[in-house]
Amino acid sequence: MAAPNLHRFANPGQFLRLSGWLLPWLTAGGIVLTTVGLGWGLFLSPADWQQSDAVRIIYIHVPAAWLASAGYFGLAVCAVLSLIWRHPLADMAAAEIGPVGAGATALCLATGSLWGKPMWGAWWVWDARLTSMLVLLFLYLGHIALIRAFDNPERGYRAAAILALIGAVDLPVIKFSVEWWNTLHQPATFKFTAAPTMYQGMIWPLLLAAAGFSIGFGAIVTARLRAAVMERRIRGLMMARAQESV
Amino acid sequence: MIRLLIREMRLSVRHGGDTIAAVLFFVLVTALFPLAIGPAPETLGRIAPGVIWVAALLAALLPLDRLLGADLEDGSLDLLLLSGLHPAAIAAGKAAAHWLVTGLPLLVAAAPLALMLRLPEEAIPALLAGLLAGTLALSLLGTAAAALVLGARRGGVLMPLLILPLAAPVLIFGVAAADAASGGMTPRPHLLLLGAFLAGTVPLALGAAGAALRGAAE
Repeated sequence: MAAPNLHRFANPGQFLRLSGWLLPWLTAGGIVLTTVGLGWGLFLSPADWQQSDAVRIIYIHVPAAWLASAGYFGLAVCAVLSLIWRHPLADMAAAEIGPVGAGATALCLATGSLWGKPMWGAWWVWDARLTSMLVLLFLYLGHIALIRAFDNPERGYRAAAILALIGAVDLPVIKFSVEWWNTLHQPATFKFTAAPTMYQGMIWPLLLAAAGFSIGFGAIVTARLRAAVMERRIRGLMMARAQESV
Repeated sequence: MIRLLIREMRLSVRHGGDTIAAVLFFVLVTALFPLAIGPAPETLGRIAPGVIWVAALLAALLPLDRLLGADLEDGSLDLLLLSGLHPAAIAAGKAAAHWLVTGLPLLVAAAPLALMLRLPEEAIPALLAGLLAGTLALSLLGTAAAALVLGARRGGVLMPLLILPLAAPVLIFGVAAADAASGGMTPRPHLLLLGAFLAGTVPLALGAAGAALRGAAE
């Protein structure tokens, strides 16, 4: 049975011990990989023959876009864990992933817009990829607002989990928007079925930056989650103290 | 469930003002556009589908605040949940009531408004067919959102934030259908996509609303 083993990690005390050991590694790994990936990408990798130096923004744009989708997928996973097994940790994780994922989505849209101005001649176009990404940002914001809108946090967790599951419908739409519709945004470069059509000297810094961003994302969420667990403990202790003194 | 629907209808007839307010809002918002943009027929005809769709979307949001909120406050929601009816069935009854009270009047009001905005006459069936599926999908999504924010501090403000991103596909395909028809093309593919969206919304929204109702009653 796999389920009882999983439950062990859902225990907040266990989580604090494990994450306390893991967090420095995640932080260091995220910083090192991001520095190497971005340094390589921004200063050492070749400029594009058509776009010249403007191409370098992909080293931020693509990892941010990947994290925006992965973060929402994480929210949906937390939602399943929360609705089926009622893991308290999954609820708290969902509350902490939301703002970080929304930040990644906003970063992705902002860098894309900065790149779009010189390349497409417009800050924004209403094509399917951009629109579905904007919808994702609004879904994140709705989730953030909903999870904090209740006096009873349990209600907020449940409502937000349901919303996260409904909103997950947008993820495949984002993924396939460049194939279903004839968009200005370019189709996927990385596929499981074929070698990427990209120069090697650009792929490596991009992959390094993406790995660095992802580990950094993990580090931020873990740190926020630790803070939330401790905050809840402190509140519990203070409540107990207050009841004793009465 | 049928009895729940009858109860809802009776309530809405007794509070007739609330029902008419949403339609009146729809008509007024639509009437603002010719005043703001100017009465040039070609411009108005071009933007008419979009204007009518956006106004209908916003008007459908108005009564959602009270759809379940009133029942939570006076305790009838608890009674409904205790009645043995599945929460998703309660949500279905509520969504049907919302559509009959808000969606259907919007549909009726949309045809004369489209004429007033100089939408080409051949596009009106496509517009109405799109609105028929679209308002149904909106009623379902709206019921789910209303169930989710039940008991929240700023539920009324939160609801548009939850519904509008999810309703974006309805708007896109609905307007595309009417645009295609007014351009002399067939609206069929857009209407089929809209129907597919509606078919997907039925289980998704009802399941979500049912789960949220159960959560709200705990």
